[in-house]
Amino acid sequence: MLTIATGNKAVAAAVKAARPGVIAAYPITPQTEIVEQIADYVTDGDLESRYIPVESEHSAMAACIGASAGGVRTFTATSSHGLLYMHEMVHWAAGARLPIVMANVNRALGPGWNTWAEHTDAFSQRDTGWLQVFVGTVQEAYDATLMAFKIAENERVLLPVMVNQDGFALSHIMQSLETVEIGDFLPPFHLPHAIDTENPCGYGPMTGPADYFRFRWDIERSMRDARGVIADVEREFAERFGRTYGPTEDYRCEDADVVVVAVGTLGKEAEMAIDRLRDEGVKAGSMRLRWFRPFPDLDLSGRDVVVIDRDYSFGFGGVVAHSIRSKTGIEPYSVIAGLGGQEVTYNDIADFVRNRRPGEETWFGVSDHV
Amino acid sequence: MSGNRIAKLSLQLMTIIEERSVNNLSAIPKEEYLYKCTSACAGCSSSLCLRYVLKAAGPDSVLVVPACCTSVIQGMYPGTAMNVPVYNIAFAAAAACASGMSDAFATLGRETNVIVYAGDGGTVDIGIQALSGAFERGTNFLYICYDNEAYGNTGMQRSGSTPLGARTTTTPGGKPTAKKDLDRIVEAHNPPYMATACSAYPLDLYKKVKKALSIEGPKFIHILAPCPPGWRYPTEKTVEMGKLAVKTAQWILYEREFGKLTINGPSKAAMKKPAPLEDYIKSQGRFKNLSPEIFDLMRQQVEQNIQRLSREEAGVC
Repeated sequence: MLTIATGNKAVAAAVKAARPGVIAAYPITPQTEIVEQIADYVTDGDLESRYIPVESEHSAMAACIGASAGGVRTFTATSSHGLLYMHEMVHWAAGARLPIVMANVNRALGPGWNTWAEHTDAFSQRDTGWLQVFVGTVQEAYDATLMAFKIAENERVLLPVMVNQDGFALSHIMQSLETVEIGDFLPPFHLPHAIDTENPCGYGPMTGPADYFRFRWDIERSMRDARGVIADVEREFAERFGRTYGPTEDYRCEDADVVVVAVGTLGKEAEMAIDRLRDEGVKAGSMRLRWFRPFPDLDLSGRDVVVIDRDYSFGFGGVVAHSIRSKTGIEPYSVIAGLGGQEVTYNDIADFVRNRRPGEETWFGVSDHV
Repeated sequence: MSGNRIAKLSLQLMTIIEERSVNNLSAIPKEEYLYKCTSACAGCSSSLCLRYVLKAAGPDSVLVVPACCTSVIQGMYPGTAMNVPVYNIAFAAAAACASGMSDAFATLGRETNVIVYAGDGGTVDIGIQALSGAFERGTNFLYICYDNEAYGNTGMQRSGSTPLGARTTTTPGGKPTAKKDLDRIVEAHNPPYMATACSAYPLDLYKKVKKALSIEGPKFIHILAPCPPGWRYPTEKTVEMGKLAVKTAQWILYEREFGKLTINGPSKAAMKKPAPLEDYIKSQGRFKNLSPEIFDLMRQQVEQNIQRLSREEAGVC
């Protein structure tokens, strides 16, 4: 069905289609619309889930852990401080190998209070063992959420998935949305290690170094297997519903001499910059990074690379720029832009390309070349 | 009368019949759900309690355990000393985790008991937010706090539940403030069932767990669990220490069902004529060199508790 919706409403619609058994969530700007919409679905009988209005995000993830281990599909949504407040349980969910799906509406961190888009919240959960995907459109927010359940619940993965979208810049933007008849795309929830009182086990007890180490390796092995599972699920999704996704969304990259790498809505904005640059005769392309964990293999050899980071690791650099550097060996031109919702237009992005200085870092609008 | 109401009443009737039939320890089931040779300290009363809790709950039960002594007592992976599933969870998260699990089982139509077994630190301090949230939401589960009045697992640091004057590794001069009144906090949530218990009275505990699990909604049992290394008394005195706590009315056994308070047998006598508080204090190293002023404050607190609960039971409050 074709409709129009915000990024938040698209996520809620996908959750309705996925029919989790338990949803536990705590409201936070700019995610609130997701949990309100889900509460409406549950109250109106459009979604037969149990909705637990928890008293904090720490409890939201703890409740999802208990529910998932109990044997039902689970979902939560958060943002920014909420994500950081649940951080301990974010680690726990992955360590317990629970296929929880969480929508995270990317937002800056205080102080000062700032509710606009930034990716530092999600990137601070980089090492938790969660899969992370970043979307650029309302349609993609819907599609990625549906696929997230299927990817997480695959027995070769059994890790939680975080679906990220930019606060306000996407969460509150109306775009067209085509919802799907899900059919048997999502099989009934099955967790091989769900709690079974007929077969009593200890879950997460004291564990010595040898076993603990092996469990950590199991997470990494599943993270590596996830690449193939993601590709399979995205292929099946394309076959069933006609929309194609991959680890990156490449735009006019084939013959490009310079490639802009960005995440989320800035990655979509970059496409307009590319068109402008092409009109000027610059052979430019853009590569919007969708999957952050597992991090994809990127083919950027022989080109200049401009990375836009809407995040920062203080004392080190832009998270994406450094990821590109370590994965490809290329020294990108690192632009730090859009923190706390700073406006970055396609003209600005075109300027980043025109003025690029590979190996250097710039804080857009604050400092020139650092 | 609705079907639910009839089911509830018949369940309560069955519980009453069963309670009458279980009036001595020999009537408690022989099945063991907590096996021998755990890594508990000698004289550990909380593992004694857990044994009776699980006998009352039976095999279709899950324990949710935050960081506490029971995290260690259950044994190391891949072994387990428990014959029910044990779900270990982060320190502050037990009640919330149980909340999700309870809803998952309800979704699946399973009647499995979800029981949190948490220490006092995980309950009155770091876990109190999740506890309060789960009770306010009416979660169908049983939350048991076994209270040894300090952070036992990390080597006896003070908790909010440590009593006035008690020495711990972080209150080497004695705790300057009173024990947090957890039961009154829980009571403020109006749960359908709440009770106190003590490891020295296993039959009482057994009956309370049975009764709690027969009631829909959030249930709470607060067990005083004397701790030999923490309280500094000889291991063989664990049962005696619990009895002293009750006989001096330092700890009062009661139940509050749908708001109605009942003082239980052993405490009825103790509240009329409490044994000398000195007997309890002097037998524990943690109260060594207690000043007379602090001792007087403790005695006053006991008296106040007796009066408050007596008035409530008599319907005068």
